[in-house]
Amino acid sequence: MREIQLPVNDETIRELRVGEPVLLSGLMVTGRDAAHKWMMETFIKKTKEPKGDDLQVYEALKKLLNGAVIYHCGPVVSGLDSKDYKFVAAGPTTSIREEPYQAAVMKHFNLKGVIGKGGMGAKTLQGCQETPGVYFHAIGGAASFIAQSVKKVLGVYKLEFGVPEALWVIEVKDFPVVVTMDSHGQSQHTVVESASHRVLEELLAQPY
Amino acid sequence: MRDLTNEIVEFIRRTSTDLPQDVEERLKAAVEKEAPGSAARGAMETVLKNVELSRKNSTPICQDTGTPIFYVHYPEGWSTRKLREMIRNALVEATQKSYMRPNAVDAIYDKNSGNNLGGEEFPSIHFEEVDADAPLTIELMLKGGGCENVGAQYSLPNNGLGAGRDLAGVRKVVLDAVQKAQGQGCAPGILGVAIGGDRGSSYAKSKEVLFGKIGERNNDPEVAALEERLTDEANTMGIGPMGFGGQTTVIDTKIVGMHRLPASYFVSVSYMCWAYRRRKMTVQGDEVVYD
Ligand code: SF4
Repeated sequence: MREIQLPVNDETIRELRVGEPVLLSGLMVTGRDAAHKWMMETFIKKTKEPKGDDLQVYEALKKLLNGAVIYHCGPVVSGLDSKDYKFVAAGPTTSIREEPYQAAVMKHFNLKGVIGKGGMGAKTLQGCQETPGVYFHAIGGAASFIAQSVKKVLGVYKLEFGVPEALWVIEVKDFPVVVTMDSHGQSQHTVVESASHRVLEELLAQPY
Repeated sequence: MRDLTNEIVEFIRRTSTDLPQDVEERLKAAVEKEAPGSAARGAMETVLKNVELSRKNSTPICQDTGTPIFYVHYPEGWSTRKLREMIRNALVEATQKSYMRPNAVDAIYDKNSGNNLGGEEFPSIHFEEVDADAPLTIELMLKGGGCENVGAQYSLPNNGLGAGRDLAGVRKVVLDAVQKAQGQGCAPGILGVAIGGDRGSSYAKSKEVLFGKIGERNNDPEVAALEERLTDEANTMGIGPMGFGGQTTVIDTKIVGMHRLPASYFVSVSYMCWAYRRRKMTVQGDEVVYD
């Protein structure tokens, strides 16, 4: 199985094709609904004034996210009082909710990938071609297992969004994913959807 | 009447962290059907490793610990008010112990209650009285959100699918529901199908039927045959684990019939993800048995 060290370069990303299982190691940042909305409004569309530590966090994120991946995940984290953070359960959450933001966030921060579950839409697929980047599908429900591949929690930003919504900077080892959207315009989700639809039509036409 | 709060906390822990054996066996069998090196096989292998690890470390199988649905059969003379209180207290404690994620969000104010209690309906508790000398049994199912979102209800006839008011029509709408769900409900899944009832009772029944063991068939041979046929036909669609494409999309189908109004014919499909967490505890005298 192919192993990828993060951050990653464009050549490696372009080699990836849909359907390929990959093991990811290195640095990534978690982010879901609140984080994407905040990045979009404050730094990309600039419809909101930065406040509090927004600008410092932005500078840090620009470095961290360059060539890295973002993980759609709302983890269960222990050690909140002592700040000795540890991921307890950390499976992927449904990605499609970030569809309005994802392509712009990818381009803005030069993200090389997004990890989540369920796949994303046409806008993100287009973003994957332009950036270039890919969509990595994690295994839905495998929360304990994925938490174990998180070796270290390096830090957290925007904890005021709440534990599941904060941006957690983590180091992972052998995090199993599958490429389901690549940088060549292919989406495994569209392929499986239309193939299964053809079979459904045949089944519906059969007598009982 | 004894206090069972601690025993119920343990019961919740087992349900959230220890996948039932009949489910695990089916998942193991499903691994073998996928081609070595394929994404589908990798997904199933990860799922099984996760099941093992959760059991060993007593951590939730999935971070979405779902809607807790309890069915209580209580001997005549027991207080349902007290039983309800014990269950609710136990759920709060299980949440503090991280066996459960705080999952009750007020839909109007968008606020998480933080302890898994929310109004009268969360958790959902159903009571049924049994004879005074029968044991007390509590069944619990944790129904995840991702798979709940792909559940579907059809009102037959459905002209688009050419589905009439008979088992042939039921077959068509269930297959449609599976195709629409793709891998979004964390396939491979288990289908609970209720035919009849009103919209509310029909959906409730389609979950209740999921308490049965895998492979348990409906008493009516024709319905039983349809259950098996639906599982087989769903698997010909090639959706596969997580929707990656593959052999196993559905591992079992359970159908239950209800009475309906002459004017209505509902078919409700509840999709249960592979993290099929359901267990039973039985209390007889001093003895507590977990299945
Ligand atoms: S559908 Fe089931 S396995 Fe998937 S995330 Fe939800 S609870 Fe977990």
